[in-house]
Order: sequence, then C-alpha cells, then structure tokens
Amino acid sequence: MSDPILEKLGAYIATEILKQPNRIVKSDEPLLSSGLVDSFHLVDLSLFVENNFGVRIDDAELNASTFDTLNQLVNLIKSRK
Amino acid sequence: MTILHAGQPDRPVSYSELLNGSAGYVKSYQGNGVQPGDVILLILQHGIDLLYAYYGAILLGAIPSIMPFLTEKLLPDRYRADLGGLVSISRPTAIVTYPDFEFEVQAAIKPGRDSVKTVIVTDHVESPCLPQFQLFGGLLRKPEDIALLQHSSGTTGLQKGVALSHQAVINQLTNYAKAIQLTGTDVFISWLPLYHDMGLIACWLMPILMGYPLVLMSPFDWIRAPYRLLQTVSKYKGTLSWLPNFAYNFSAQKIRDRDLEGVDLSTWRVISNCSEPMRWESHNAFYERFQNLGLRFESLCTCYAMAENVFAVTQGGVNAPVFCEDIDRDTLQTKNVAQAAKPGQTVVRMMGTGKPIKNTKIQIIDNKGQVLPDRHVGEISVLSDCMLTGYYHREDATKKAFLDGWYLTGDYGYLVDEELFITGRKKDLIIIGGKNIFPQDLEILAYEVPGVHPGRASAFGVFNEITGTEDVVLVAEVDVDDPEKRYNIADEIRASITRGSAVALRYVHLVHHPWLVKTSSGKTARSANREKFLQEMQTKGQQY
Repeated sequence: MSDPILEKLGAYIATEILKQPNRIVKSDEPLLSSGLVDSFHLVDLSLFVENNFGVRIDDAELNASTFDTLNQLVNLIKSRK
Repeated sequence: MTILHAGQPDRPVSYSELLNGSAGYVKSYQGNGVQPGDVILLILQHGIDLLYAYYGAILLGAIPSIMPFLTEKLLPDRYRADLGGLVSISRPTAIVTYPDFEFEVQAAIKPGRDSVKTVIVTDHVESPCLPQFQLFGGLLRKPEDIALLQHSSGTTGLQKGVALSHQAVINQLTNYAKAIQLTGTDVFISWLPLYHDMGLIACWLMPILMGYPLVLMSPFDWIRAPYRLLQTVSKYKGTLSWLPNFAYNFSAQKIRDRDLEGVDLSTWRVISNCSEPMRWESHNAFYERFQNLGLRFESLCTCYAMAENVFAVTQGGVNAPVFCEDIDRDTLQTKNVAQAAKPGQTVVRMMGTGKPIKNTKIQIIDNKGQVLPDRHVGEISVLSDCMLTGYYHREDATKKAFLDGWYLTGDYGYLVDEELFITGRKKDLIIIGGKNIFPQDLEILAYEVPGVHPGRASAFGVFNEITGTEDVVLVAEVDVDDPEKRYNIADEIRASITRGSAVALRYVHLVHHPWLVKTSSGKTARSANREKFLQEMQTKGQQY
C-alpha cells in the first residue's frame, strides 16, 4: 500500500481537489466516473503528474477510460517512466 | 465554418454543404411527420450532425432546441427524469440523437402518452441533397412565429424553455453586430456549449446567419486543453470570442509554455467576458499571462446577456477600455448606493458591463417598481425589440417575469450614464462557470442520503478568487458523532449531488442541529447560512 507515487497522488487529490486533507482516497476508488475529480480539475491533475513524476498525459487521455482510480493512474505513470 | 475535434483533422464546412446536409434532415423530418411549428429536441454533441439537424429544423420551419448531453458522471436515471420533465413542458414532436443513445431517449419518453411521435437516429437520416426551398416551410414562417427554444437548467419544476421569435433573433443579431462593430475580416472562435445562449446566439447563429467564418471546438476538449483556444485563434486569425469569467483564470493558470510556442494573439480584437460575475483581476491575470503573445489589453471586453433578451443586453469595452470604478463598500452595502471611494475607505472595484445595445433600454427599479436614479442599486429591468415571446407553455412563469412590459431580470445593479454595473442577484442562484444551478435542486439530492433530514441542508455559492467563479458549499445538520460515519455521510452527499446534478461540491460542511438559519416560514435562509459558514471558517483560520 505504501507506494510513494500513490501516497503523493492521494494526498494531492484530498488536499487540493477535494479540500479534505484528512480524507483517505482509496486506491481502487473511482475518481472520474464518480465525479469526485470533475473535469475542471483534470488539467491540474495532469500538470501535477508531469511536474512531480515527469510523465506526460495527453489531454485526449484525460478520461475515465484511460484511468479512473489511483491504482490505474499509478500504473500509467510507472509504465511511462 | 470549421469544426474541431481533438485528435482529428479540422473539418471545414461550406454553406452549400450546410444547406445540403440540412436538406437531408428536412426530408427525414418530413418523412417522420414533423410539421412546421413543431418542436424538435436535439440531443447531440457539437459536430456536423448537430449542425445539419439544427439548420434542417430551421429550414423546415420547425422549432429546434438543444438539450445537454448525458455526461459520464450523471446518473442515467436522473437524466431520464430531466428529459421526461422537459418533454412534458416543451412537448417536442421529434427527438434527434445518436444510435447508441436511442435507448436512453426511448426510456425517458412514454410513447402514445406524450408528445413525441418519433425518435430520429443520426445514421438513419437522409443523405445530403439539394434543398428544395419551395417544399420547405421555413420561408413561410412569419416574423412573430417562434424560431427556437433555449432551455434553462434546473429540475422539472423549474425548467423553462425560453421561446424566441424569428424577429427577436434577427433584431438581436442586427443590434449586437453594431455593438461589437462587426466587420468583413472578423472570425469567430468558440468552445462554448450550444445549449447556452452565449454559445448558441453569439457563436452559432450570428456567424452562420450573417456570413462570418466560425471555428467551433468542443467544451469537453477545451476543459482538458485550454491552450487549444489560443492555438486556434492564432491559426485561424480569430478576432471574436466570448468567455465566462472563470475561463480567464483557468487559461492564465493552466497552460504550459510549450503549448504556446509560435502562438500569435494580435488579431483577437473583442474578447467578451459574459454569463457570470466578472472580475477585474481575471482580466488582468489573462492579460499578464498572454501579453507577450500579442494580446492587447483593449481587446478585453464585457457583456451582460440573458436568453430572455435572445442574448446581449449591454456590451462594453469595444475599441475603448472597460469602464472601471472603485466604490465605497460600506455605502454600497448599507445604503445600496454606489459612491466613488474616498481615501481610506474600503474599496470594491466594479467593472462595467457596457451600455445597452441598440433598441434596448434598462431601468433600475426598487421593490415597489419605482425607477431609481443613477448610482442607486435595484433590480435591473429590460425592454427591447428582441425580448422573448414567453416561456414555452409556461404562461404562469411568463406573467411573473414582466412588470408593465419590462422584463425583470432578477439581477441587482446600478447605472452610471447608461453604463450598467451588476452587484448581485435576487434569487439564490449559484453560477459556476456560466452554468446556472438552483440550490434547492442540490439540497433535495442531499436529503436522499441516509442521515440527512429533509429541510436540514443548505447549498450556496462562494466566490473563489483563484478560479474566478463560484464554489458550491453544502452545509448539512447530522446527528451522528462518529468521525468515520460523518466522513461517509459527506462522501455520500458528494456522490448523490454529482450523480444527480453533475455539479461537483467543493466543500461539504457537516454540523450539529441547530446550526442552520431558517426564515420565519421555516425555509432555509441560504444567504444567512452562507454568512455564518464564512464567519465560522474565518474564526477557525481555515480557507473554506
């Protein structure tokens, strides 16, 4: 569970997007399809990923079929590193 | 015009293609028994199908209306209920949609029991053909006949279709073209949704009917890649765009330098801030970020508009700076008068929305209907040659909206030498990124969550300086103390509201009874709850 990428992403989403710093974002929790992360924040998320992990996510990929959960996003990042 | 889709080549469309494609739709409409004067509901994404289906309806003399598409986060059941409600009020004869969406539409209608006679799917529409105008009813329509409907958001009870006549639409376009000093070299660039007046009138009807190039991108593409708007302006030498206030902040904050290489914005001459409260800071941030690409400060304009006046009521800043003034906050808040601030007073910077466009008059009235002098804040009322005919099949709502022939906007503002400033609004409306949200719709969704009792939640908007638009806050009284259970309730409230309204809550604030302020009649006093919430956050030293 203590994957550093996962932890960092989870903390970012809880603090900056959901504004609930104490909230635990579960690794298999749907983020996009549930509306938890809405379309206004997709660019923020891709900027955060690029700035912190050096991985680019194309804007056409910013949808639930590319990644919907933290696990899927972490796998995407690792596959491109 | 040119239609853009991310990942696809740009798609140019000529007028003859538009007419031929629309003629194919007319044939299909006629073949399905749709008559001139019938309402046709279009449930399509922006693109070539929507273009042909819309102008086909106009050529037939029918009344097109665009319904927002189902987004992935909205619960299909809720969408069906909204669609069913809209059908019962606007009584469309036909609905046009994609083959893979037909199921959703069929599930929402009641064949034989409501007005819908046919659901037309885009892959069964007649091929483009030469238009036979003499067989189409469009040219026989009278100026006062209804040309189109624009639907406001909200639940079934609140849904209203703004019915606009041919004459009103043409008058608006003529009046507004003068206000923005439309010239032969203008090019319209837009990413705006077409079910909203700003996109539909300014960036869909106006360029196409008046013969100007239009480059249209999708709101879904823009929100994921805001740089595309700037690249498109540069590529097509765009001159005119309309944006809600949040788009200025969004663009200034979320575009990487590498996506701006070679971009030239020097052709952009009128960028109108419209459809939600506008901020001086947003204009400044946008200008600061893009001035090195040739963006001129004088291109940043303002506009006050509403579907009930077809679109624009005022326009400001065309070939002139936007009218700004610093007002004394205390006099504004306590006496409802906008006075220039003196040194040492707390200042509110007000940005003018411009003067009324041609053939449009504005009066500021008090709560007794008396006209107020300049600098006095009251309700904005409008009289023009491009007013709505009425809310479609909603005579009750139409009656309420007018006072002695003047349309009551529900917005508060003041005038200075005809320049209109907006200070607030009468209704408890939340506006996020130009989209109107009724707080009662959100509260009802919160009540569906176990642990939240009916009447014990309050939703309101709080302006966010960073994003340049409102955040939605919901306060709910709950009885449980266990922190984990409270987290779960907060999560369920978020989920219920997102799935039921496609609105993402920024903040869920759970409190104990009795926290909420009620009116004397027991209703939620949203503005009082908003004040209480903000005060509480301030005391805690917390940014909400």
